[in-house]
Amino acid sequence: MQCFSNSKYVKPLRRIGTALSVFWISFFVGPLIAQTTPLISGGAGFLTSTTAGATTYQPIAVPVLEAPIGQHLLIESRGNLVETVSPSGGGQGGYNHSLFLSLAYLQADYIATPHLTVVGGYFLTPFGTYNERLTPIWIGNLDAPLIFSIGTMVSGAGTGGMLRGNAFSSDKISLSYAAYFSAGSTNKEFTSTRSAGGQMYAYFPEKRLEVGASYGRLLDGKQTNSVGGHVWWEPAKVPLKVRSEYAHGAHSQGYWVETDYRLSQIHGAESFFGRLEPIFRIQQTFRESAPDRTDFLPSANTQRTDFQLAYHLPHEVRVNATYARQFSSTGNFNIWETSVVYRFLFPAWKGK
Amino acid sequence: MMKPLKIIYSALLLAAAPMLSQTATTVPTQSNSATAQVKNNIVTAHERDGQQVFDQNCSRCHNTPQGFSPRIAGTVARHMRVRANLSKEDEQAILRFLNP
Ligand code: HEC
Repeated sequence: MQCFSNSKYVKPLRRIGTALSVFWISFFVGPLIAQTTPLISGGAGFLTSTTAGATTYQPIAVPVLEAPIGQHLLIESRGNLVETVSPSGGGQGGYNHSLFLSLAYLQADYIATPHLTVVGGYFLTPFGTYNERLTPIWIGNLDAPLIFSIGTMVSGAGTGGMLRGNAFSSDKISLSYAAYFSAGSTNKEFTSTRSAGGQMYAYFPEKRLEVGASYGRLLDGKQTNSVGGHVWWEPAKVPLKVRSEYAHGAHSQGYWVETDYRLSQIHGAESFFGRLEPIFRIQQTFRESAPDRTDFLPSANTQRTDFQLAYHLPHEVRVNATYARQFSSTGNFNIWETSVVYRFLFPAWKGK
Repeated sequence: MMKPLKIIYSALLLAAAPMLSQTATTVPTQSNSATAQVKNNIVTAHERDGQQVFDQNCSRCHNTPQGFSPRIAGTVARHMRVRANLSKEDEQAILRFLNP
């Protein structure tokens, strides 16, 4: 008895006990654990963009890594790898190359209760819809909207913590929330500002309608507020998406409205025409302060329309062709873009 | 000092054994409706209908995935629960639907 109460023996014994229970638990809940293999996902593509006559080429890869740990934790991260090839300009021939590596986010999500997830690390700022939902190249069809930097605190990411989750859910309505605090960081990998904010939205699953509001406050010297609202509607019977956002910040306000219509009603989504998806977006921004290069907003009132034809090929490949025209007192110009995007998704390691 | 570490590593290895023995087949996520329907007839009243949760949520933000290995279904469901603020019931329904 005495020797067992001696911590020298108890500790290794406890460890063996734990090891055995882990083994037995994993044996019995094997199938459950086996569904939580870490995964690698994301998009890879080739983009061309001709703005006011100058063309740039961008091979791009955006990998996402997700590793669940135990029953409650998920570590997730997304990186951007972009090579930009652009004309040298200034009357010189040839092209400039630049390689850009960056981290979009690196966060730990702890599902604490059915209604609360605690997020810590470097996370996408929860303001509006574009930043958290449409930035992956395999999801978002069009360039970032003109009002993107309002409320997302310019870098689009925060360093700190966030509480989020589903507050209430029934067959008719689902209420979600997110609230964050970012201490800010000047570290190159985790660029972010000191800020706080959050959002709430209601989703009506039968109507496929979502309505939400966002708030953000910059906590550095300027202490400015941003507010925003969004409405998304994706009717069940028609392959149509209507998405819109409005945002008001210290320097500008603006909105965008986008409609996507997949022609799958013509002989199904896999048919020649059914693979086509025309997308149209209109946006406007209204300047409310003197031009400021650091806010990444148009320096004068601006309007832009985008029209895209997306073609969904088999094996998760999509080809896009976009024409956009931007109007503003600082000049009007055309933007032509083409892209091929491949979406990938597989377990991080091989299984039998 | 090395002993406890070795024990932990062995435990992890043992824990990983059942995972490695799983067969990896690709789930055609949208063609499971028939199976899901059969299952739904026997689920208890408070469980959400997986097909319905899938239809109402999984093409909101992006095109539904064409299929993926069942070994990552739990990882995807957990990720989407966090990203889309899905309820716990919805996450469980999605998991049942993806891996009937
Ligand atoms: C609120 C928007 C939203 C909803 C609703 C949503 N997703 Fe996602 N999903 C995303 C975003 C954003 C990503 C990409 C994550 C990234 O790249 O950072 C993603 C990624 C994925 C991926 C790629 C692997 C991964 O986990 O990143 C799969 C598979 C997926 N979603 C399946 C689903 C399924 C199944 C549902 C239905 C339960 C669903 N999604 C609902 C936004 C959403």
